Amino acid sequence: MTAVAAMVGFARTLRAAGIAVGPERVHAWVEALRHLDPGQTAHVYWSGRLTLCSGPDDLAVYDAAFAAYFGEHPIGAPRRRVPIATVIVPVAVEGEPDGSDEADDTRSLAVSASRQEVLRHRDIARLSAAERAEVGRLLAALSPSGPTRRSRRRRPARHGRLDPARTVRAMLRRGGEPAQLYHHERMNRPRRLVLLIDISGSMAPYADSLLRFAHAACRRRPATEVFTIGTRLTRVSRELRQPDPDQALAAASASVPDWSGGTRLGEQLKAFLDRWGQRGTARGAVVVLASDGWERGDVSLLGVQMARLHRLAHRVVWVSPHVGKEGFAPATAGLQAALPSVDQLVAGNTAAALDRLAKLISQEEISRPRYRHGDATATGIG
Amino acid sequence: MDLPASPAELAERLDAVDYLADDGIATAAFLALRMGRPLFVEGEAGVGKTALAHALAEVLQAPLIRLQCYEGLDAAQALYDWDFPRQLLHLRTAEAAGITDPEQLEHELYDRRFLIARPLLRAIETIPSVLLVDEIDRADDEFEAFLLEVLSDFTISVPEIGTVRAEQPPVVVVTSNRTREVHDALKRRCLYQWLDYPDFDREVAVIHRRIPAASDVLVADVARATQRMREMDLLKPPGLAEAIDWTAALQALGARGLDLDLAARTLGAAVKYHEDQQRVLAVAAEGGLA
Repeated sequence: MTAVAAMVGFARTLRAAGIAVGPERVHAWVEALRHLDPGQTAHVYWSGRLTLCSGPDDLAVYDAAFAAYFGEHPIGAPRRRVPIATVIVPVAVEGEPDGSDEADDTRSLAVSASRQEVLRHRDIARLSAAERAEVGRLLAALSPSGPTRRSRRRRPARHGRLDPARTVRAMLRRGGEPAQLYHHERMNRPRRLVLLIDISGSMAPYADSLLRFAHAACRRRPATEVFTIGTRLTRVSRELRQPDPDQALAAASASVPDWSGGTRLGEQLKAFLDRWGQRGTARGAVVVLASDGWERGDVSLLGVQMARLHRLAHRVVWVSPHVGKEGFAPATAGLQAALPSVDQLVAGNTAAALDRLAKLISQEEISRPRYRHGDATATGIG
Repeated sequence: MDLPASPAELAERLDAVDYLADDGIATAAFLALRMGRPLFVEGEAGVGKTALAHALAEVLQAPLIRLQCYEGLDAAQALYDWDFPRQLLHLRTAEAAGITDPEQLEHELYDRRFLIARPLLRAIETIPSVLLVDEIDRADDEFEAFLLEVLSDFTISVPEIGTVRAEQPPVVVVTSNRTREVHDALKRRCLYQWLDYPDFDREVAVIHRRIPAASDVLVADVARATQRMREMDLLKPPGLAEAIDWTAALQALGARGLDLDLAARTLGAAVKYHEDQQRVLAVAAEGGLA
C-alpha cells in the first residue's frame, strides 16, 4: 500500500466515523506531509489533525481512529480534555404519566370539520401511525423563526443617518458640491432560535413532532441550534439541516444515543450552558425548552441553571405537552423550580399548538407575565 | 524571510522569543509558513492564541497587522477607505490653482496617496507580514464570506485603481473563541489547531518566562491552584493568561508563595465571576487548592 493510498483509506475511516473529510482536505494533508517527515508518527498525526479536523468535537474521534488505523498512539500528543457532556446511567422511571390517562380533551370537536382540522387539534400522543404521518406533513409546512433585532450593519436607505462615505463620494464626482445627501440605516437581523428538546421516556410520544418542528425551524434559518436532552446532551443541528424531513429525522435519531431514557434536566441544561450557551449560542437568542419538567431528585440545580439561561437569553419559552389540558397545573417540582425564569409557558401537544408556538416565537415584543412561585393556576399564553 | 527547516527548529526559534510551543503548535505554525495557508486557532480564552501570532511575527521579524473583528465590520474598516477630507482639499486646491480638466482631476483624486489601507490591504502590501484576524467569531456571516474571498487568492481589487496582489502572501493567523461556529468553507481554507489548557509543567515554564522575578514556590503554587480550578467546573475557568496575571499580582504584593489571605486578596486577577470566586475561596479555605 502506498503512503497516499493509506492516507486516503484513513480519510475514509474518518468519514465513516462521522468527520466530514472532503477530497480537498485529504489533498491538503498529502501536501502538508510533503513538508514533514512521514516516518515520524507525530508528524503524520499532527499534519492529519491540522488538515482533516475542523472542531474540538472531531478531535476525540480523530484520536481514536488514528490509533485504530495506524495501530500506534500518537507520540508527543498532549493529553486533552475535550469537554463532553457527562453520561449518566438512565435511572428507572417510576410513576410516570404516559398521557393515556389524560382527559379526553379534543375528541368532541365538530365532526363536520375537515379531517385535517380535527387532526390539528388532537393530542399527538394518541394518534395512529397514519395520522401521525399526516401531522408530520402539517408540521413540515410551518416556518418558525425568531424575532429580529437591530444589527450593527447598515444599508443604504432613503431616511436615517447620513452616510458620509457615499455622500462624499458623490460630492467628489460633482466637483465638490454637496448636491445630494445619502442616508443609511441599521439593518434588522433575526435572533438565533435555540431548541432544547427533552427526549426522555415521558416525552417519547411528542419527541417526533417536536423534532419535526425543529427541522422546520432549521430549514427556515440554518443558524438555528437544536439539542436533545435525555441522559445526555446531543447536538442535532447539523443532522436537521438536510432539506428532507424524514431523512433529517432519521439522521438526528441515529445520532441520539439515549432515546426514551431517563432525564436529568438540570445537569443537561448545565452541560448545554457550559459548552454552548454561555459562549454565545444562547446569548440574545430565543430559547425554546420542550419538556414536561419531570425531574427526579434535587431540582435546585435546574432552578439555578434556568436562572443562568434566562440571564443569557432574550426570551425563554417553555413548551409542555400538558399545558392547557384539563386540570393542568405547573406542579411538577422541576417546572416549579424553572417557572421564575420562564417568560412564556405554552402547550405543545397538538399540531395547532405547535403552529401557535411558531407564531409566538416570532413575535417582536411580548408582555411578560412572570410566573411566580406558588402561582399554580397559571397556564400560560395559549 | 528565512523559513525554518523543521517544526523542531521553529519551536526553538519561538522559544527564543519566549513563546513555548509544544509539538502541535510548532507543527501547525511550521505548516502554515510552508504551505502558505492561514492557521485557524481555536481554544478557550487565554490559552495563547493571539500570543502565537505575536511570537510568529517576532520570529519572522515581520510586522504584525491586527484586525480585531466585531459585528458590522465592513470593507471600509477591513480593506481600504478613501481619505475624503484630503480628496476634497485637493479638489479645492486644484480649483484655486486653475486646473479645470475634469479627467486629470478625476485621475488625481483617486491616486494611491488618498487611499487609506486598512489591515487586510496593509497585510497584502507589506512583505513580509503576519496578519492576525482576531476573534473571527465576533464578526458576522457577511464578513466571513468576504474574508474567505481575500484569503483564497490574496488579491484585493480597488475599482478606481486596479487589483492589488500579494507578491508573497502574508502569514495569516485567524483566532476564534467559539462563541459561534465559523463556516466550514472558511475552515477548509485553513489549517485547524485546537489549543488546550497547558499541563502543569508547561504552565510553570510559561509563567516563569513571563514573570522571571517570581519565586519557584510562588509559580508552582499558582500553577497548581489554577490547574485545580479548571477541574472545579467554574463558569469561566482561568486560562494561562489569567495564571500569568495572577502571578504578576502576587509578585507585586511581594508574595513568596500562595496562602489563603493572599489568594483572597488577589483572586480577582484569575477568576472573574462572583459565584466562581466564592466557590474557589470555599475550596481554598478547606485547603483544597494547595
